[in-house]
Amino acid sequence: MSPLRGEIQNSVLITGVTSHMKAKDIAELLDEPACEHNKKSKSGCAKPKPGSAAGGCAFDGAQIALLPVADVAHIVHGPIACAGSSWDNRGTRSSGANLYRLGMTTDLTEQDVIMGRGEKRLFHSIKQAIEDYSPPAVFVYNTCVPALIGDDVDAVCKTAQERWDVPVVSVDAAGFYGTKNLGNRIAGEAMVKYVVGTREPDPIPERYLRPDIRVHDVNLIGEYNIAGEFWHVLPLLDELGIRVLCTLSGDARYREVQTMHRAEVNMMVCSKAMLNVARKLQDRYSTPWFEGSFYGITDTSEALRLFAAYLNDPDLTTRTEALIEREERQIRGLLEQWRPRLSGKRVLLYTGGVKSWSVISALQDLGMQVVATGTKKSTEEDKARIRELMGEDTLMIEDGSPKELLRIVDEYQADILIAGGRNMYTALKARVPFLDINQERDFGYAGYQGMLELVRQLMLTLESPVWQAARTSAPWDETPTHAGAEILRPLPSAPAAMGGA
Amino acid sequence: MAELLKRKKALSVSPLKASQTVGAALAFLGFFRSMPIMHGSQGCTAFAKVFFVRHFREPIPLQTTAMDQVSSVMGADENIIEALKAVCEKNAPGIIGMVTTGLAETQGTDVRGAVKQFRQRCPQFASIPVVPVNTPDFTGSFESGFALALKAIIETLVPESATEQHSEISSRAGLRHKQVNVLCHANLTPGDLEFIVESIESFGLRPMLIPDLSGSLDGHLSDDAFNPLTTGGLAVDDLQTAGESAATLVVGESIASAAAALQKKTAVPEYRFSHLMTMETVDRWLMTLSRISGQPVPARWKKQRRQLQDAMLDTHFMIGTTRVAIASDADVLIGFEALLSSMGAELVAAVIPAKASAAKKLPIAQIQIGDLEDLEKLALAHKAQLLVGNSHAAESAHRLGVPLLRAGFPQYDLVGGFQRCWSGYRGIQQALFDLANMLLVHHQEIQPYHSIYASKPEALGHHQASGEIVQVVAGSHSL
Repeated sequence: MSPLRGEIQNSVLITGVTSHMKAKDIAELLDEPACEHNKKSKSGCAKPKPGSAAGGCAFDGAQIALLPVADVAHIVHGPIACAGSSWDNRGTRSSGANLYRLGMTTDLTEQDVIMGRGEKRLFHSIKQAIEDYSPPAVFVYNTCVPALIGDDVDAVCKTAQERWDVPVVSVDAAGFYGTKNLGNRIAGEAMVKYVVGTREPDPIPERYLRPDIRVHDVNLIGEYNIAGEFWHVLPLLDELGIRVLCTLSGDARYREVQTMHRAEVNMMVCSKAMLNVARKLQDRYSTPWFEGSFYGITDTSEALRLFAAYLNDPDLTTRTEALIEREERQIRGLLEQWRPRLSGKRVLLYTGGVKSWSVISALQDLGMQVVATGTKKSTEEDKARIRELMGEDTLMIEDGSPKELLRIVDEYQADILIAGGRNMYTALKARVPFLDINQERDFGYAGYQGMLELVRQLMLTLESPVWQAARTSAPWDETPTHAGAEILRPLPSAPAAMGGA
Repeated sequence: MAELLKRKKALSVSPLKASQTVGAALAFLGFFRSMPIMHGSQGCTAFAKVFFVRHFREPIPLQTTAMDQVSSVMGADENIIEALKAVCEKNAPGIIGMVTTGLAETQGTDVRGAVKQFRQRCPQFASIPVVPVNTPDFTGSFESGFALALKAIIETLVPESATEQHSEISSRAGLRHKQVNVLCHANLTPGDLEFIVESIESFGLRPMLIPDLSGSLDGHLSDDAFNPLTTGGLAVDDLQTAGESAATLVVGESIASAAAALQKKTAVPEYRFSHLMTMETVDRWLMTLSRISGQPVPARWKKQRRQLQDAMLDTHFMIGTTRVAIASDADVLIGFEALLSSMGAELVAAVIPAKASAAKKLPIAQIQIGDLEDLEKLALAHKAQLLVGNSHAAESAHRLGVPLLRAGFPQYDLVGGFQRCWSGYRGIQQALFDLANMLLVHHQEIQPYHSIYASKPEALGHHQASGEIVQVVAGSHSL
């Protein structure tokens, strides 16, 4: 691609990234006072190492964080690789609007890059999205190439917003800015800066007012409604009179994000990824926040209790305890029949870290034993929590390479590997039972009801007859004859045998 | 001759295109003990990995040079060297592909220069082949990226064995008189490749697939629990004997320039095929093999051919005159167009993700360069009854209310789609059965007409419910 060299490289050095997300801004996002990681020498996640890196980029993180806002037109500004391999690839579910499932990208061409036509194409792309799909807002994700050539995405978004009177939010998250985690924060930052506080919540419809129940407004941050699992929890909150103004971002709508400033309390759901959102909402609107999870019986109950406690409503507390009592009794009854079969099974849990403690609690509720867990991305606080749950001699895995995971499965005699989809084939190729716990999965495990699905999926793989079959070798391989091995599959190599024949 | 219509709109909606970089990585995955490295931000690799893992349901070896903010601006040649060093030390691969991304190309990387520097600095890894390829994602697509990588592999690793003196070409072609090179385009599945291997072997010949995804991405359990590299595929040592083969068979239009590069280096006689998706082309394929080997066509192919002929008769009732819309890479389009027209079906809309001159030869009026939104609009306008496309097209098919035959990349919602065989008599036969079955299920019945005079109880209910007998009568007149 010789035509690109030279002049563009020069122009990059002059305008380049400096016109956008500045190093200072990135450092500021990495410096998250509310995050335990800050107290360690390296902040956020370590710099990726060429040749031995894994995981997504800042753009990936930003897109994952916001794509579940279902009625927004999400435009990826860049050449095809960023959107082309990633659109429509999430387990998140919407209860209605589904514009988010349409991949939209400026699909920049060589001409756009060389001639600097990216901004113009973006401007017209926003117009096209608004005219064709009438979204309540447009989110524009910047990516590496336009960031490098210095497209002023902020300015284009601003102009477009003025021209068409539709909010156009710039999410400046080029991949090379950093990791997925940084991208999550950039995304959260964009919401707090441009969207939150731009609308007041609707009044509660009269037909849903209950005379004896005072309704409280809350937000959930970092809940993605994977496989619709939050719908196991939402009815309980409804019942308690806890109105979720917005989940950032599972099954969210733009108009819900706008009202997040009015919550009385925010819950950070199992992840530190958008911690900056909770902290900024606290700074700006004095909204308290707590961290919790809906995985497992214990943690689900704990989260409901914390809501009641933060909302400081004695009546709510009483009703919450009654609901917990009812739900726990019911689910424990349903799970009882499975316990003998799951009890004592040994689990290697590798979630990349952040959600470990919440899943551990769920597995312990089933009587399973977590023998080791990944803590690569966990904070000191997370680790303390894990020790509390699993005991002091718990193996904490920092190196999550496939090879190392399999070694640990072997050494600790784990019955199952529970990890993200990326490790599924690591397990399967080694003939180890596996359960997918990350965002691409098709099954919802949250809430009391989610435990039933978790049990179903665990049993399905743990007790499957396929493991035995996959471990057998072909009967004629039991006593291989030398000639037999040769005849079965002539190797394409063996040049000596073939050469000049 | 088809007219290629350029993209007119600014925004691409429901993209059909996958990047050149991803396509190039795939070509390298068809080699034994291979590790492709993407020169770009680590997200480029993460996305590509997910793309392949979802399609093949296999672990995919793929690494990154992990460009960050500083190296993206100040130069990332060091990242290339560092990545190569790390991969060589850790995995000692049989081949490394260094494919560039849009980010690296925009920055202005000199990937060849960086590989040279790596060679100077790390002589201990001199035996590990490294093939650099420029594959920015702002030009071309999956198919062209694969072709560029294939060409680069040939140019880098196949030794020059043809020389021309006084317009006399001397070469080593045919020294291995049973060995046949097969250059395979990006969208041939492991199943297609198995047909290719089986058919060639049936003539007593020994196929060498370049690259060989049927060995690496066919979905097999190997004895080892863990492999950081591909566990099958073409070995580089074998590739280096390509110049001594008796013939080169080329399947696919997109890899024409790679084929030309091999031809120039080796002067091995070459036979080209656009696809193996019609009876006529498979006939020619087998006749070619017969000629190369000097052997008669084995009886089993004759049997399969008669079965295909029978299936064509059985299914033409469903498939004939069906209006089909296709969105795919050009080579897939070319194959399906031939298959459909051989059955009397009609291609009413065709969309490809990027310019491909080979598509111009198709006997249809227009081909749109575009996305799945374009496909949907064209299919609607031309009343398509069936779509052919990747898994992303499922939503379009759903909205249009027509069936979708999944083909091409990616297929993440169809288990086994990655290895389906479309080639050869039997592959064609199965495609016809599936097409016919889809059309049977979606057969449009005649809407019942309820006579205003009928005394059927349900007809009475109908009139009463609508309460608009007059309108029903008026409507029937206009028919």
